[in-house]
Amino acid sequence: SKSTNRLTDGIGGIFTKRKLDDETLEELEELLIQADLGPAMAARVTGDLAKSRFGKEISPDEVKRFLADEIAKVLAPVARPLVLDGSHKPHVVLVVGVNGTGKTTTIGKYARELRDAGKVVWLAAGDTFRAAAVSQLQIWGERTGAPVVAKETGADAAGLAYEALEKARAAGADVLLIDTAGRLQNKQGLMEELRKIVRVIKKVDPTAPHTTLLTLDATTGQNAHSQVEVFKEMVSVNGLILTKLDGSARGGVLVSLAQKFGLPVHAIGVGEGIDDLRPFDAQSFAASLVGLDEGR
Amino acid sequence: MFDGLTGRLGDIFDRLRRRGALSEEDVGAALREVRVALLEADVALPVVKSFINGVKEKAVGQEVLRSITPGQMVIKIVHDHLVEMLGAESEGINLNAEAPVPVLMLGLQGSGKTTSTAKIARLLKTREKKKVLMASLDTRRPAAQEQLRILGEQVDVATLPIVAGEDPVTIAQRAMRVGRLEGYDVVLLDTAGRLAIDEELMDEVVRIRDVTHPVESLLVVDAMTGQDAVTVATNFNDKVGVTGIVMTRIDGDARGGAALSMRQITGRPIKLLGTGEKIDALEAFHPDRIAGRILGMGDVLSLVEKA
Ligand SMILES: Nc1nc2c(ncn2[C@@H]2O[C@H](COP(=O)(O)OP(=O)(O)OP(=O)(O)O)[C@@H](O)[C@H]2O)c(=O)[nH]1
Ligand SMILES: Nc1nc2c(ncn2[C@@H]2O[C@H](COP(=O)(O)OP(=O)(O)OP(=O)(O)O)[C@@H](O)[C@H]2O)c(=O)[nH]1
Ligand SMILES: [Mg+2]
Ligand SMILES: [Mg+2]
Repeated sequence: SKSTNRLTDGIGGIFTKRKLDDETLEELEELLIQADLGPAMAARVTGDLAKSRFGKEISPDEVKRFLADEIAKVLAPVARPLVLDGSHKPHVVLVVGVNGTGKTTTIGKYARELRDAGKVVWLAAGDTFRAAAVSQLQIWGERTGAPVVAKETGADAAGLAYEALEKARAAGADVLLIDTAGRLQNKQGLMEELRKIVRVIKKVDPTAPHTTLLTLDATTGQNAHSQVEVFKEMVSVNGLILTKLDGSARGGVLVSLAQKFGLPVHAIGVGEGIDDLRPFDAQSFAASLVGLDEGR
Repeated sequence: MFDGLTGRLGDIFDRLRRRGALSEEDVGAALREVRVALLEADVALPVVKSFINGVKEKAVGQEVLRSITPGQMVIKIVHDHLVEMLGAESEGINLNAEAPVPVLMLGLQGSGKTTSTAKIARLLKTREKKKVLMASLDTRRPAAQEQLRILGEQVDVATLPIVAGEDPVTIAQRAMRVGRLEGYDVVLLDTAGRLAIDEELMDEVVRIRDVTHPVESLLVVDAMTGQDAVTVATNFNDKVGVTGIVMTRIDGDARGGAALSMRQITGRPIKLLGTGEKIDALEAFHPDRIAGRILGMGDVLSLVEKA
């Protein structure tokens, strides 16, 4: 059902009891490109395979395992769950990202996870721009039993964040999750607004935000590089969430992102539901990229 | 990392400039760079391949080999072929049917359907003087129906009153009924986001299609889409039938190779571009602009003009 079928069929078809030659390597490279690894990363991974196995007999399974291992090696260092620092009351998590990537939904999912872990969770409806963004977060608040600090649409987002942090602190919250409006990384004015939110938060707690999460949509191709680069530069993003991995997109761009930026990938989104947040596991992500998880 | 085609071809050009003419080998080398540039722009691999084949046929011709400035000729051929494959200038929304004309909005989660629905409603209202009704069939995402209602107020376009608990197919039927009874020209049907591989939700949208008979089924896709464009375009087109593409977030800095993929795989025109979050940020599609963007060369035209 997934695009990995294509990948699996491809590798299976190409490598049944065959010597690893230029043609098979090229086809393999193409399969990785189709998983969004990008042409450079796909060439690198395939090149590594060629270096150690060229001209040798190799089975489809060996190929897949080799590739998955290579990719997992790159990803393993970034597979780190979000850990709250108990000394912060609250630990402030600012959620940022491009429009529609899953910020609000991810906050809802985290609220559930953290509440289940016994934490006192507060939410801040920092998207004061998009129509019904406040209501959307409020519904997540109701679903998870987390109080939501909100103002009317059009209110100053930085002011709202300030107020939310003061309230959450007074209430003894363990964690405050701040939603923000989606913005494209090339919009300087909007990026400045985000910096203003950070500056204002620091007036309440100079160490906050403790985590700045960037949500990336797995459907996104190579533009994810620019997203990570700019958001990291502008608001010191220090964690990633990859959403919509339940779809046919594999999110292979994460491999070169991991290599280039080394930012921890705290979790993945695998659906629209409240329980659809999963830890990021380097091995299984890599396995799924090359189609090793098929038939399980 | 994301060098435009000009950068990629730089070395080859230098060589050519010294020698003055293109060999078949040179064309091959240039096309390998074109391939990488397209892949970095997120054009889907199968589409890249057919593109390269098309360009090769043209580029190996006499014209290029004898050209005094063969490098620029290659770029011109690539650019022109891209423009050709991207299709004609904007065709507007087809309203050629008995009123109320149903228009179905389709796409993945978060692609920009609801925002685009309101933008199109505004366009039809102000430019074509149409009486437009919008209906949200999204009963799944929290506050989705409210979002469309608020946008309706912003653009002063009617939205179908929200009835709690109603399922999407029933809402669609009610929207068409209200559209008929109240004399609307167009009924825009905004649907919930769905994955191309979600059989259940794809079946649901097929049922919506079957009770409304949309004249336009517009696939709303994000300009940042990567290789998954293949699955999205194929599945939505095969299962529901797509009549046109709306590409959103073209105001970003993505190369937007998905435009070419969508166009090639569905064979349907790109009708409109979303150019911002604001409700008037909707523009006509111009293939030459998108071509320059995909190739990562704002300078393509000036370069070619010299050729
Ligand atoms: N299938 C799937 N859908 C998701 C996932 N995460 C979010 N979504 C959906 O993606 C759409 C956008 O999600 P939001 O949480 O509203 O995204 P956002 O980043 O807050 O969007 P803006 O605030 O408009 O920028 C919604 O329809 C969500 O239900 C996921 O992991 N899988
Ligand atoms: N910059 C920019 N943002 C856009 C554009 N179109 C939509 N958006 C934003 O993208 C986000 C998602 O838009 P929606 O219209 O809610 O997307 P949707 O497809 O209806 O989402 P779901 O119903 O959850 O599947 C919002 O933050 C919009 O403001 C565009 O052309 N440019
Ligand atoms: Mg949001
Ligand atoms: Mg919507």
